Amino acid sequence: MFQAIVFLPLLGAILAGVIALVSARSRFPGEAPPPGAEDDATGAPVHHHSAHVAGGGVIHHDSHEPGDGHGHDGHGHGPVEPAAAGSRTAELITTTLLMVSAILSWIALVQVGFGGHDVRVPLIDWIVSGNLKVEWALRIDTLTAVMLVVVNTVSALVHLYSIGYMHEEPYRPRFFGYLSLFTFAMLMLVTSDNLVQMFFGWEGVGLASYLLIGFWYYKPEANAAAIKAFVVNRVGDFGFALGIFALFAMTGAVDFDTVFAQAPGLVGKSINFFGWHADAMTLICLFLFMGAMGKSAQFLLHTWLPDAMEGPTPVSALIHAATMVTAGVFMVARLSPLFELAPHAQAFVMFIGATTAIFAATIGLVQNDIKRIVAYSTCSQLGYMFVAMGAGAYSVGMFHLFTHAFFKALLFLGSGSVIHAMHHEQDIRKMGGLKDRIPFTYIVMLIGTLALTGFPLTAGYFSKDAIIESAFVANNPMALYAFVCTVAAALLTSFYSWRLVFKTFHGAPHDVKHWKEAHESPMVMLVPLAVLAAGSILAGFPFKEIFAGHGVEHFFRESLKFGPNNKVLEEMHHIPMQIGLLPTVMMVIGFIVAWYFYIRKPQIPVELARQHEVLYKFLLNKWYFDEIYDVIFVRPAKWIGYSLWKKGDGWLIDGFGPDGVSARVLDVTRSVVRLQTGYLYHYAFAMLIGAALFITWFMFSAGIH
Amino acid sequence: MNNLTSLQSLQPVLPEIALAVGAMVLLMLAVFAGDRAARFVNTLCILLLIGVGALIVMQPAGRVTMFDNGFVVDDFARFLKLLALAGSAGSLILSLDYLTREGLQKAEFGVLVLLATLGMLLLISANDLIALYLGLELMSLPLYVIASSNRDNAKSTEAGLKYFVLGALSSGMLLYGASLIYGFTGTVNFAGIAKAVQGGAGTGLIFGLVFLFAGFCFKISAVPFHMWTPDVYEGAPTPVTAFFAAAPKVAGIAIFVRASVVAFPGITHSWQQIVVFVSIASMALGAFAAIGQTNIKRLMAYSSIGHMGFALVGLAAGTAEGVQGVLIYMTIYVGMTLGTFAVILSMRRDGRMVENISDLSGMSRTHPTMAFMLAMLLFSLAGVPPLAGFFGKFYVFLAAINAGLYTLAVIGVLSSVVGAFYYLSIVKVMYFDAPAPAFQRTPALVGLMMVVFGTLNIVFFLYPAPLLGAATAAAKSLF
Repeated sequence: MFQAIVFLPLLGAILAGVIALVSARSRFPGEAPPPGAEDDATGAPVHHHSAHVAGGGVIHHDSHEPGDGHGHDGHGHGPVEPAAAGSRTAELITTTLLMVSAILSWIALVQVGFGGHDVRVPLIDWIVSGNLKVEWALRIDTLTAVMLVVVNTVSALVHLYSIGYMHEEPYRPRFFGYLSLFTFAMLMLVTSDNLVQMFFGWEGVGLASYLLIGFWYYKPEANAAAIKAFVVNRVGDFGFALGIFALFAMTGAVDFDTVFAQAPGLVGKSINFFGWHADAMTLICLFLFMGAMGKSAQFLLHTWLPDAMEGPTPVSALIHAATMVTAGVFMVARLSPLFELAPHAQAFVMFIGATTAIFAATIGLVQNDIKRIVAYSTCSQLGYMFVAMGAGAYSVGMFHLFTHAFFKALLFLGSGSVIHAMHHEQDIRKMGGLKDRIPFTYIVMLIGTLALTGFPLTAGYFSKDAIIESAFVANNPMALYAFVCTVAAALLTSFYSWRLVFKTFHGAPHDVKHWKEAHESPMVMLVPLAVLAAGSILAGFPFKEIFAGHGVEHFFRESLKFGPNNKVLEEMHHIPMQIGLLPTVMMVIGFIVAWYFYIRKPQIPVELARQHEVLYKFLLNKWYFDEIYDVIFVRPAKWIGYSLWKKGDGWLIDGFGPDGVSARVLDVTRSVVRLQTGYLYHYAFAMLIGAALFITWFMFSAGIH
Repeated sequence: MNNLTSLQSLQPVLPEIALAVGAMVLLMLAVFAGDRAARFVNTLCILLLIGVGALIVMQPAGRVTMFDNGFVVDDFARFLKLLALAGSAGSLILSLDYLTREGLQKAEFGVLVLLATLGMLLLISANDLIALYLGLELMSLPLYVIASSNRDNAKSTEAGLKYFVLGALSSGMLLYGASLIYGFTGTVNFAGIAKAVQGGAGTGLIFGLVFLFAGFCFKISAVPFHMWTPDVYEGAPTPVTAFFAAAPKVAGIAIFVRASVVAFPGITHSWQQIVVFVSIASMALGAFAAIGQTNIKRLMAYSSIGHMGFALVGLAAGTAEGVQGVLIYMTIYVGMTLGTFAVILSMRRDGRMVENISDLSGMSRTHPTMAFMLAMLLFSLAGVPPLAGFFGKFYVFLAAINAGLYTLAVIGVLSSVVGAFYYLSIVKVMYFDAPAPAFQRTPALVGLMMVVFGTLNIVFFLYPAPLLGAATAAAKSLF
């Protein structure tokens, strides 16, 4: 059964890939693209692209009109070409397989989580080299089972939703192939039995994310965003890899069981890191957390996530809300036996999480792109999860991961539904009054917003409050900071969420033409929304005890490790009443302010922005992180690259290598050719000089005995 | 009876006698029949060369010395004689149509080639200094004449004159060296010299050695005695250039090897130094100077200077393996040279010969077969596997490595890299440049030579055993 859960999506990805290849071949039977596609008579930018697809040598030739560019969810208005043959088949295959996988995942959760049967499914030996032994094995415990449910449920719903959302897209087999490939990689990640296998899944989701963000490769912004996501993640992965190496160096193993068993023995040991004798556990955990920071878009490595919104909206829902970005959280939870032993690292985790939570929320306040608001919200919520991880309340972090997957996927897919209705308009300033046109979307978005802001009894309420409580009681130097940040972020979250709802669905329509044409999405998109809406409400209360209450020990058992001094879960039930109510109060304040700003007195925010222009610009420009990175990293890197190219390669290597050698050869040639004067006496002279040279040589050398 | 025995004892020199007598008969024929029979006489010359070659093939194996040890017939001599005959005959075949077209068809041309070839055969078999000198001069004198055989052409006469003057100088040097050697050893016989220098040699003998080698180097146009080569190659009529590039080089290398190995085995270390220097200088100069050339005959001159340098790498090793490498190298060199000159002789446009590299421009489209053959020959000259030229280089370098001459081998390989440039640049001109007007129709014989040598060059690697075996046997007979 577990093999089926993991490999059915891979099967779907392969089949969809085959269909994509075959349909591309049938579309372009010849080698050359059709003539005339090169240039548009009107001079409008028609993008085309050639890509050699492995195995077939097939050439994709594509021409699209990208719409009017920025701020659009851009696959144009109406298809330029017919859908690839087999699109429907590919959709049905992948979606069906994912559904099966999702159902099996729930069964697995019941069996493993509630039934208490941890399973380890060995597949094959992967690497056996010296004392490095890496296996392919599926490690199914409660932590994994929870992730299986999250990944497969959301993925199945996103597959279903995409059938409707992407119906204008000509290359659907490729899209669905990528989606399933992503799902497979994510499953590899969560079922991994060792760090190398986890790294495989880690990179696999990175690849799939790159492919999906850049799915509309003819859009320069999408390409740039895809590359950015990949490169920024590389920074984190570098740390992750270093962490794995360090761990292997210290324990001689990469599989979790051995590593966890040896971990207590590493406390107090130090690693020589470029002459710096660092505490082994702290350093390892920091390295590993660096990987998590990249993948989960935490403060400093967050810049790729908002840009990743250039990808299709279902991708944002699946990868950049519910699954891949939570991989970092999962990793910390999985490695809780290590983090438990590294309190300094935990403090750092908490600090970064809290900072991200408040930082991303401030930016979310002023953004105008509906998807970017949700993206910053995701960033902020991931910060919450890391706060819980830092506090040692791993199950609470997982709880928020679990509930967040539902309501954030819902918000993204709901946004997608709005965008779909508005003909790919994403700017909330151009929306308004949509609740009458698309009531169903409105309702599910409301539910998602309630859950996100932590309205009592919704899913988010339980998990988010639990995090704030755990931060309050945590035995961690950063606990107070984290508590303040998360409470403040709760206020900001409530504000920007309601701002989004009010500006999108309430008030007067700003674009009457689009408003009139707005239509409710088809059933195939609404069903996933309904399921997720139900999840956003119901994922909280029934799971409260097993994630954040007294059932944790029984539910998670060995998969999460709580140290002997870790009493967070116990103490968080004994907090003062006022603290417990604080998040709810914040939520209400945020709601009221938003209502006042955007329903009651819409001129106030405009006025505020004008009065505090510096602050407004600071937030609107995302704390100028992109600009700072541009100055600190991108431009120096480009400068280094440019100088290596011009000076290092061009001047040094070419100049003294090929070019220099050939120039010297020509110099020699010129001089020896000049020797050939044509004068007889020169020739005779050369002969005599030659003979004299030999004679002299023998007279003065050891050649004569 | 006594006379008969002594006649029979002349058996080993039969090829030379046949050649000498035949040459004189043909000279008479030429004198009496006049230029009308010139082509006929020249054709007979070719047949005579082939006949002499057959006589050599029929000789029994083994080593025979004659004329008071002044003349030796062994496997080494037979191998190189056949090669020299092939070079002469091949050049004559190439010359037939050319001479007719250029109005140079003279009967004495073929006879002069025969006489030069006779000199080569004697030179190859020479076993003492006197026989050596006689053979060398007999070879050289006709060469001076045929270099200027196009009497009305200033360049041709200049070539002949330059060759003659410098040749005379080199002969003088060689004679001076020979007399020094005789003075210090008391004998002219190679075996006697070898015995005399067994325990090392004094300064005087080394002086003699240097001058002797200077004479050899001049004949094979090795640096620094090469200066005549480009001018003579360019000035002489093209078939003569082909002849110069092929046959005399074989004879020159033959006596160079025999004298070094047979007469001076005791001071190998000394003469090795000269050979190494000459070899390096020749390879380098051949490679560098050829890059600056626009005339393909001049380019072939530098190419042959370079190739002599490569052949001397084998001699520098001073071992049987090295000599074997030299023999293989020379054989392949003669084949490649004749093939290349067959193409050069086809470069005729609007009734006159053209000789610039730019005239080959775009030949792949106007003459695809010829372009392919030339490209293969040039790749082979550059030493690109699996063509024949690669094996030539391979065996000499292998010998040098086994003899511990690593520097020499490395420099050789590096200069072959530089050399590859100018060969490949011709290929580039042929295949990638805009086509120049087509050449006139290639004469059948020249076309045949081009295809035969071009094909041999390509397929050599399939069945190299006969050449390798013969070269091994020939090399062994010297040690």
